[in-house]
Order: sequence, then C-alpha cells, then structure tokens
Amino acid sequence: MEILIATLVFIGAFFTLVGSIGLVKLPDFFTRLHGPTKATTLGVGALLIASSLYFSSQHEGLSLHEILITLFLFITAPISAHIMAKSALHIKKNEEKKERLDA
Amino acid sequence: MKKFFPHPLLSLALLVAWLLLNNTLSFGHLLLGAFLGLIIPYMSASFWPEHICIKKPFVFLRFIAILLYDIVVANITVALQVLGENKNLHPSFITYPLSIQNQLGISVLASTISLTPGTVSCDLSVDQSTLLIHALSAQDKEKVIAHIHQRYEKPLMEVFVQC
Amino acid sequence: MLAFILPLAFTMVTIALLLNLYRLILGPSVSDRILALDTLYINAIALFIMLSLYLENSLYFESALLIAVMGFVSTLALSKYLLRGDIIE
Repeated sequence: MEILIATLVFIGAFFTLVGSIGLVKLPDFFTRLHGPTKATTLGVGALLIASSLYFSSQHEGLSLHEILITLFLFITAPISAHIMAKSALHIKKNEEKKERLDA
Repeated sequence: MKKFFPHPLLSLALLVAWLLLNNTLSFGHLLLGAFLGLIIPYMSASFWPEHICIKKPFVFLRFIAILLYDIVVANITVALQVLGENKNLHPSFITYPLSIQNQLGISVLASTISLTPGTVSCDLSVDQSTLLIHALSAQDKEKVIAHIHQRYEKPLMEVFVQC
Repeated sequence: MLAFILPLAFTMVTIALLLNLYRLILGPSVSDRILALDTLYINAIALFIMLSLYLENSLYFESALLIAVMGFVSTLALSKYLLRGDIIE
C-alpha cells in the first residue's frame, strides 16, 4: 500500500514539474497553455488519489473529500484555459489592428 | 412539482457535494444536504433557463471511462514532447466543424478537448458552428478532427439531446 | 518508502514553483503572466496536499479547496478584464 501511495506521489510531483518546465521552455503563449492543463489533470489528480488512499488506510472509514477538489479542478481547468486563450487571441487581434492603422 | 423542484440532477449533485465536503454519511448532514439541494436550485432557478436531461447514462459512463484512459495516455505523450526539442513540435490552429447542437453538449465537448493534453479549445464562433482548437503537435489536421469526432463527439451527441 | 519520496516530491514541486515565478516576472505578455499565476495556484494546491501527507493532518484540505476556488475566480476575473476592460458589466 505504501509503495502504491509513494508511486502516486512521485507521478504527481513529476507531472507538476513537467508542466512548469513546459511553461518556461516552450516558445509562445499558445504552446505554453498546454503545460498547466497537464499539471492539473494528471499531477494534482494523482496526488489527490494518493492522499485519499493514505487517509483511508490510516483512520477508520473512507476519506473521500479529496475527490471534491479533483472534481472541481477537472471542471474549472478547461474553463480557465479557454478564457485565457480567448483573451490572448483578443489582445493579438487588437495589436494587429493597431499595426494596420499605424501603417 | 416542477416549480418547486426544477432541476433534479442539480439537487442530487449538490447533495453529493455537501456529503463529500463534510466527509460523512451521518443522518443530520444527509438531511441538511437534501435541504440545500432543494433550496439552492429553487432560489437560483432564473440562472438555469434550459432543462437538462441526459439520455443513455451508460453511454455517458463509458465516455468518461474512455476520457480518463485518454487523459493518462495523452499526458505521457505530451510530457515526452515537452521534454524533447522545441523544433520537433508542430503547433497549429485547427478549425473544428461542430455537428453537435446542444449548448451543454458543446461546453462538455470543449472541456473534453482541453482536458486531453495536446489540444486546447480556444474560441467558439458566434453562430456556434465551429470551434477553434490549438494543437501542440499536429502534422495531420484531418486526422485530429476525425479522431475528436469519432471518439468524443459521437457519444456526446447520443447523450445530450434537446428536450 | 514514503519518507524517502516525500522530500523528493517537495523539491520537485518547489522547483516547479520557481519556474512559474520566472515566467511570472519575465513573461513577455500579460497573458503569459496570467497563465503563470494560474499554474502557480495549482502547484500550491499540490504542495498543500503533500504537506498534509507529511504532517498526517487532513485539515489542510479546506485550505486547498479555498485556494482552488479563489484561484479559479481570480484567473477568470483577470482574463475577463483583458477581454472587456471591465470585470462586472
């Protein structure tokens, strides 16, 4: 059981790190957007499953309220990614319009 | 009945969320959760104009299982792409023609596309006929469109129908 | 096993937070900075969960949940501000 939990913690931390490496390394905003969606889905997901397993095995009774955070993140992460992409597109369009007016 | 109990699914979701939040199954919290599940949809009814009904719940459950499997697989591929060299990536915008009509169906499809790493949905056109997708590495655009249509949009079209 | 993995995981998430900070400070555009803040709060949630595992105390979930809610709303508000020049119309 402990090995399973440790593996899940490691997977979670690894994907969180990869998401942030992507945030720094990738060339432009839209490719960088892929990093955080990964960090949330698998990184935090695996960590929350690990802690759910840990607290269920420690104390009597299931510990399920971690699922609430997972569920919340799974619902909100695409929405925030969508609105950030939308605002970035909006800014890009405005700048292009400005350049055309200046030229 | 309809007036006092407008959204049964929302009520159920609120009850489950309340029980998860308190991490118990005691009778008192069950009662309080049921009360909240009744009163919140009633008070916020004007925010939810359309009725939601889910047909074929088993297709929806299968869809979620496929989605979870795809999230894990796609995460590993994208992690390798991120750690690889930048010049091996082929980032591109794809215009995806939507065939699903239902509002909730479109938003679930857009969330699905963002949740599977490698693709992020960016913008929905005003007439709700196309979705702008950004792909991290797509050499064959037609293949990505066909993949999304076959794997995600078809089951969602069966689940979310107008009612 | 867990006693060995947890400090390693703490180090990895801390490096991730520092990388986010780099993007937050240097990020060429405003959208990049919002994205860095978004990633920062998600990584903070990861750190809180690991802290609760380390201290064997499940009280930290409430704070993780609050960070999740507040972070989502602030990302939404910042993006909305960029999109419209106003948050509440």
